[in-house]
Amino acid sequence: MLDVPQQDGWIGRAVERVEDAALLTGRGRFMDDLGTRPGTLHMAILRSPHAHADILGVDCATAGALPGVEAVLTGADIARLTTSLVVGVKAPVSCWPMAVERVRYVGEPVALVVARDRYVAEDALDLIEVRYATRAAVVDPLAAMDDGAPLLHDGFPRNTASDRSFRYGDPEGAFAAAARRVSIAVHYPRNSCTPIETYGLVAEYDPGEDAYDVLANFQGPFSIHAVISRALKVPGNRLRLRTPPDSGGSFGVKQGIFPYIVLAAVAARVAGRPVKWIEDRLEHLMASVSATNRATTLTAAVSADGRVSALDWDQVEDCGAHLRAPEPATLYRMHGNLTGAYDIAHVSVRNRVVVTNKCPTGLNRGFGGPQVYFALERLMQRIAVELGLDPLEVIRRNLVPAASFPYRTAPGALLDSGDYAGTLEAGIAEGGLAALLARRDAARAEGRLYGIGYAAAVEPSVSNMGYIATVLTPAERRKAGPKNGAQATATVSIDPVGSVSVHVASVPQGQGHRTVLSQVVADAFGLTPGEIRVNTEMDTAKDAWSIASGNYSSRFAAAVAGAAQIAAGRLAGRLARIAASQLNVPPDEVVFAGGKLSARSNPANALAFSRVAALSHWSPAQLPDGLAPTIRETAFWTPPELTAADEEDHINSSLCHGFIFDYCGIEVDRDTGEIRIDRYVTAHDCGTILHPGMVDGQIRGGFAHALGAALLEEYAYGPDGSFLTGTFADYLLPTATEVPDPVIIHTQTPSPFTPLGAKGVGEGNCMSTPACLANAVADALGVADIRLPLVPSGVAALIQGEERAAPPDAKPRGGAPKAAGAKGEKLMRGEGAAQVRAAPEAIWAMLLDPKTLEAIIPGAHGVEKISDTHFRADVTLGIGPVKGRYRAEVTLSDLDPPRAVTLGGKVEGNLGFGGGQGRITLTPDGRGGTEVAYVYEAFVGGKVASIGGRLLDGAAKVIIGQFFAALARRAGGAAGTTPRPGLLARLLSLFSRTPKEGGR
Amino acid sequence: MPRLSAEGRHAVAFTLNGRAVDGVAEPRMLLSDFLRHVIGATGTHVGCEHGVCGACTVEVDGMLTRACLTLAVQVEGSAIRTVEGLAPAPDRLSVLQAAFRRHHALQCGFCTAGILMSLDAFLKATPRPDEAAVRDLLSGHLCRCTGYTPIVRAALEAAAELSATQEETAHA
Ligand code: FES
Ligand code: FES
Repeated sequence: MLDVPQQDGWIGRAVERVEDAALLTGRGRFMDDLGTRPGTLHMAILRSPHAHADILGVDCATAGALPGVEAVLTGADIARLTTSLVVGVKAPVSCWPMAVERVRYVGEPVALVVARDRYVAEDALDLIEVRYATRAAVVDPLAAMDDGAPLLHDGFPRNTASDRSFRYGDPEGAFAAAARRVSIAVHYPRNSCTPIETYGLVAEYDPGEDAYDVLANFQGPFSIHAVISRALKVPGNRLRLRTPPDSGGSFGVKQGIFPYIVLAAVAARVAGRPVKWIEDRLEHLMASVSATNRATTLTAAVSADGRVSALDWDQVEDCGAHLRAPEPATLYRMHGNLTGAYDIAHVSVRNRVVVTNKCPTGLNRGFGGPQVYFALERLMQRIAVELGLDPLEVIRRNLVPAASFPYRTAPGALLDSGDYAGTLEAGIAEGGLAALLARRDAARAEGRLYGIGYAAAVEPSVSNMGYIATVLTPAERRKAGPKNGAQATATVSIDPVGSVSVHVASVPQGQGHRTVLSQVVADAFGLTPGEIRVNTEMDTAKDAWSIASGNYSSRFAAAVAGAAQIAAGRLAGRLARIAASQLNVPPDEVVFAGGKLSARSNPANALAFSRVAALSHWSPAQLPDGLAPTIRETAFWTPPELTAADEEDHINSSLCHGFIFDYCGIEVDRDTGEIRIDRYVTAHDCGTILHPGMVDGQIRGGFAHALGAALLEEYAYGPDGSFLTGTFADYLLPTATEVPDPVIIHTQTPSPFTPLGAKGVGEGNCMSTPACLANAVADALGVADIRLPLVPSGVAALIQGEERAAPPDAKPRGGAPKAAGAKGEKLMRGEGAAQVRAAPEAIWAMLLDPKTLEAIIPGAHGVEKISDTHFRADVTLGIGPVKGRYRAEVTLSDLDPPRAVTLGGKVEGNLGFGGGQGRITLTPDGRGGTEVAYVYEAFVGGKVASIGGRLLDGAAKVIIGQFFAALARRAGGAAGTTPRPGLLARLLSLFSRTPKEGGR
Repeated sequence: MPRLSAEGRHAVAFTLNGRAVDGVAEPRMLLSDFLRHVIGATGTHVGCEHGVCGACTVEVDGMLTRACLTLAVQVEGSAIRTVEGLAPAPDRLSVLQAAFRRHHALQCGFCTAGILMSLDAFLKATPRPDEAAVRDLLSGHLCRCTGYTPIVRAALEAAAELSATQEETAHA
């Protein structure tokens, strides 16, 4: 046996990262930092302003004629040049990367332009004319299954893509025998981990070889490679997919770039030149990908002392407008883990997958875990409340016992190892639960709203490629062929001077894989990490990879690092044999340490590592008989435990299972509904820890994501499917002032199934933390129905009861209140007045004159008079970061010359649509002038609506203010307007800076 | 400020980390695009292009500025500092950068350039900040990877180290 001294090894040490020097000095090589070939074109995408509409026509002629534009493509072109993306269930439904004939969500691509530069490409988008006939939209997954709900795809009756039921053990018997049933219905919201770097790619096509070459900040899984090549109608070896050296975060999200890879590849083919695309933030929030929202009803059969004998799951998964690969994987990733950390023998499940008029879903940190644990851990809290027990006791009584590992869950997961009770007690003792309980007592004695929440979770990692097939019936699976495993690959090479390089197909997005691999391989050879060079760029044309390659399901530490150890170990075994023949000792007497291979009994009898390592290059004839060279070794590793789903639908969905026990104390402000986290404790058992600094980094990062999901973040849609959170000013991420430092506690139970004993750790808090915080709020307020995100207004409503709606005829108060809050329709109201130095009659005449209107409507060019009371205009408006051209129809009604008129309008453009009514009254001021007063109510939808209420209210006021200011000027002297103060200032502070003065 | 023609392209010259640079820009070109794609200084990143994430933060004439909300033609004649100018030498890190590395204050590193620029300016103006002040400053930046705490620790440690060396210099 080889002797690699573990006690002074590099594994387990928090060494500084090799990645950091470049990243800290601005020398990172992210997607958009890499140069492109001369002649590369830039792509911009026109997106649907409607949630659901038929495309009646797309006129690209003007856009195509713009100088600098090389090609304009629509959905019809894409459908001609590609085949549909695969759909994850058996149904007569297609899934195109660009809308074909119909749009189904706001932001869906409708056309693309490639041009000399991005600025020109975006100019051309403005010139594309699309005519739509809107359809009714559906955004709620439960409503989508109703009779008569608008149908998205003919092949999905009742918008249901899949409806499967499962039964494990004897759930009916257990429910019949149970003392109590406790049930909970929850709605898990939509959110996304929004990496700070957006999607980016360059695609190229070689007509001579009919081959595509794509560089993209894609993260895997490389099963998607097959999806892309199929869509592009080429065999896999004609799609070379590469990744850049650095990636600015992903958390699953960059899996979702693949439809854009197809679009850019086709654009490159049509244009005959490389095409580059960098997604902007508005596109990312509106239309990249999101986690699923899910409606779950979960019922437990419970004994009087809180022991759960059976669970009944009813999950309705909302995958958005298309069932895009690998969906419905979010729903099935946790299938083996539906019993969480608990020993529950009987389970029944109904899983439905529905489509709605929202952005399609995909990978996102936690991937199915947040949705499952929010239901399960809220249920455990409800069991305690309904049975009058301590929630901690209910958790304790149900945990999988330490002696029972490996433990097979009812739906089929094989929990590899753990001591759940031990980790829980360590968390309680080291995290200071007793003190927290005392603080709660003290706070409550003072009448404050203080609560404590708990959550226990099993964190699965290293997904079984076969779990997704659980959505198919056993018969369908038999037809499709077995799917299982989790092939990891790693290559270790030695060059002619004996220096060691490592390559893996792990595609890191900031997790420091290069550092950890240098530690693992250094230990195998008795070298230092600094002597090992690691490359994690991916190139499907040259590298060892499999469909399981990529950076997802926390598979790096457990699977990929292990594969690197195996490859290095094989080389070390052969190097030991070479050294043995020269040192005259048996191979198992050779020790690797300090850059030398030496005889264990006589350390002076030694050879330099580099000399032995280079031998295969310089003098292969000297290799001992039958020994393979030591130049390069690729290891493939897949665990035998990851078998395909069986005939009864048992599935071992993941290889490793870490354990998390969280608790927290929070206080709710009775007046504002704001939540203050007093203390958050998270105890983890992720098996063997390879790098403590990185493990804690993963926990802190996951915790921050989870905190955002619990308290702030939701991809909000209006009832008409308009998207309401399209900027970082509306989709709020947690900042340094909102994220407390969690108390992290570790226990280590190595996994018996992975080479290094490590398990995944990066996703667990996304699963446990939202439920834990919700349980604390439930405890503080004594309420059962907790909805995320727990924004102050919602929490205040829980405390004080829903605010009563204002009576319908109530005059809007100052500040143009939003009619129905962030989740309602995007309605704006406002009022104002302007003093104009002209008589009412003169102003009246101006309002009815197209020439005047053209001059005073902000951004208007070309006002056309259809009748005395009907005008049509083209206007260009910039609202926040969204600037676009709109067609406006203006009608005048309720004419009371020269005293009052109602102005009605409808606008429509590529960036959105809107409408509204305003009543204008003209009152003589007694000095020859007129006071022009106005009240209006307006609504907007589409991309413009997605920039959110904060900006829109302000922007509407600015634009309307400009209208009256111009009217006043034109009428021969401005006496000033008085729109609401403050809003303009707020708008400007958000979106602009005062330009620097002077200097030229 | 002269009136610029929207159709024309204009020469823009300034100093970047102490060296003179120049290029040509349409009036609408953002400073972030100009730095990255015309000058080739890709260390400054773009995360939102609407002024919220802070990734594009640079120093223009000593003022922290969002490069995504500034036009290239506005910085004519200015002195600009970016992340590429923070290290004392190509193979060395500044005190702040080294503290970031020790504390694992970055993962993907995409947000890092902007955060370093803000902290660099902040620590000069506030040599002995407390944690609340550091967190308050950082609230102008979004980081999705780290959960912020390691950044706060790195900043506080760098602050302590920087003011210690300053005291030493003062006493010497
Ligand atoms: S890119 Fe400038 S603030 Fe986000
Ligand atoms: S380190 Fe990735 S966003 Fe901050």
